[in-house]
Amino acid sequence: MAERLFTWTIWLSAALVAAALVWVIGDLVRLGMAHLSLDFLLSVPRDAGRSGGIGPILVSTVLIIGVTLAVALPLGLMAAVWLAEFTTRGNALGNAIRLSLDVMAGVPSIVFGLFGNAFFSIYLGMGFSILSGGLTLACMVLPVFIRTSEMGLAAVSDAWRHGASALGMTRSAAIWHILLPAASPAIGAGIMLGIGRATAETAALIFTSGYVDRMPESLLDSGRSLAVHIYDLSMNVTGGDAAAHAAALVLIALIVVFNLLAQWLTDRWLHRRLIA
Amino acid sequence: MINQYQTPFTLGSVNEALTCCVPEPQLEVRALSVSYGERRVLEAVSLDIYRGCITALIGPSGCGKTSFLSSINRLTDMLPSARVEGSVRFDGREIFDATVDTLQLRRRIGMIFQKPNPFPLSIRRNLELPLREHGVRNRRERSERAEQGLRDVGLWDEVKDRLDSSAMALSGGQQQRLCIARALVLEPEILLMDEPCSALDPMSSAVVEELITRLRGRYTIVIVTHNLAQAKRVANYAGFFWMTERVGKLIEFGQSQRLFEAPAHALTRAYISGVSG
Repeated sequence: MAERLFTWTIWLSAALVAAALVWVIGDLVRLGMAHLSLDFLLSVPRDAGRSGGIGPILVSTVLIIGVTLAVALPLGLMAAVWLAEFTTRGNALGNAIRLSLDVMAGVPSIVFGLFGNAFFSIYLGMGFSILSGGLTLACMVLPVFIRTSEMGLAAVSDAWRHGASALGMTRSAAIWHILLPAASPAIGAGIMLGIGRATAETAALIFTSGYVDRMPESLLDSGRSLAVHIYDLSMNVTGGDAAAHAAALVLIALIVVFNLLAQWLTDRWLHRRLIA
Repeated sequence: MINQYQTPFTLGSVNEALTCCVPEPQLEVRALSVSYGERRVLEAVSLDIYRGCITALIGPSGCGKTSFLSSINRLTDMLPSARVEGSVRFDGREIFDATVDTLQLRRRIGMIFQKPNPFPLSIRRNLELPLREHGVRNRRERSERAEQGLRDVGLWDEVKDRLDSSAMALSGGQQQRLCIARALVLEPEILLMDEPCSALDPMSSAVVEELITRLRGRYTIVIVTHNLAQAKRVANYAGFFWMTERVGKLIEFGQSQRLFEAPAHALTRAYISGVSG
């Protein structure tokens, strides 16, 4: 009897979680699908977004995420390698950095927004720009990405480190050819977490990349991200709900596409390392 | 004429192997001590390792045999708390000199671990990656040497059709032979083997043991083993380690036959006859 109850509870919990997701997406499809069209994806927003499309906003979003990843990936990977391979267990500096990363990972995004505004936009003079927004998001994504990648590296068997060393391979070769590919599932998961956080972000971007909905001409132009656009449509624009739902659908699709892309790239990279 | 490609081994039969036992020391170990932090695990070991011979190190677990091996290829450098004292001369040259290129040293002194540790890469890449790291730029040369390595360990016929599949899919015995091949393709002079058969099933263990005897003469081999029968079968020289006051020491060293049949030390006699340890 108790066993049956247990089984039912497990199934029910899983079903509840799935149902919530289906509900959200179903709602978005029901309310936004009619508004969605190729024209919506390509054209510029008109009448504060009530009509027209999200073309420039899509471009800004992709650019912001691009800046974020271009900065966060190499920097994060190197930091993770340093933490996992170049500090010994109990190293004081390493532990201090780990602790501060964990604290930073829990800091609300609005705080990153204020920091980005003060540092990138004002102090470094980038103003409200895609660059400033992307860099702010990079700061926000880095702690999670570094810690996930570091744990992935730390989980890689020491037998391979010693094996590589005993064959007279350099440490950099062991890291590049063996340890990083072996840790790539964790690194991939870190990238996806980062992309998810960055794509969904509004608070940190309002103060940094701004909310101009024109087509950006360079990385120093202000640009409105999809999440900011949805926020604006649903909070500040009466009659913008249909467009907001359609934009939200696009946002979800975008996250799926980004994740598949990241997955594909890590798999490909891993595979190339394995065989070539 | 024997077609070498029909036989799995290309080293020739056991009888054809070069006789070793020209007692010419290739490694001269003098007063070697190893400590981890404050704890000394091995104290004042002195012995000679003879060129082309198989030297077996026996003794109970924890008496410093593995530390002994890891200090010879300076793998102890990787452990921040490890401290090594004393002297090891390799063909007359001190290996603990600061000027010694450890990458080159480890190419010349290969190591096989207790647990097979093929990289999570394809079989081919397991062999070719170390070659490339040691400057073999020519793709064809790498591939030829990889094939030769696989033939040397009798693995070629078993894996030639799946060189590009993962090495992790091989059986334990095959993985261990792959690891030996990986060390052999670098053309080392000495092979350090840390209980190479103890994680394998009896069949694979017998195959690896036979391989080791076939390597005699071409390589100098130092093998740590807990299997006394194995040590007796394969070794020309044997050293017996024992722990006294929680520190590992070399109790007796000499020709294997003499050590097993007429041990000079009471501890050796007791260990070999299974009384203690």
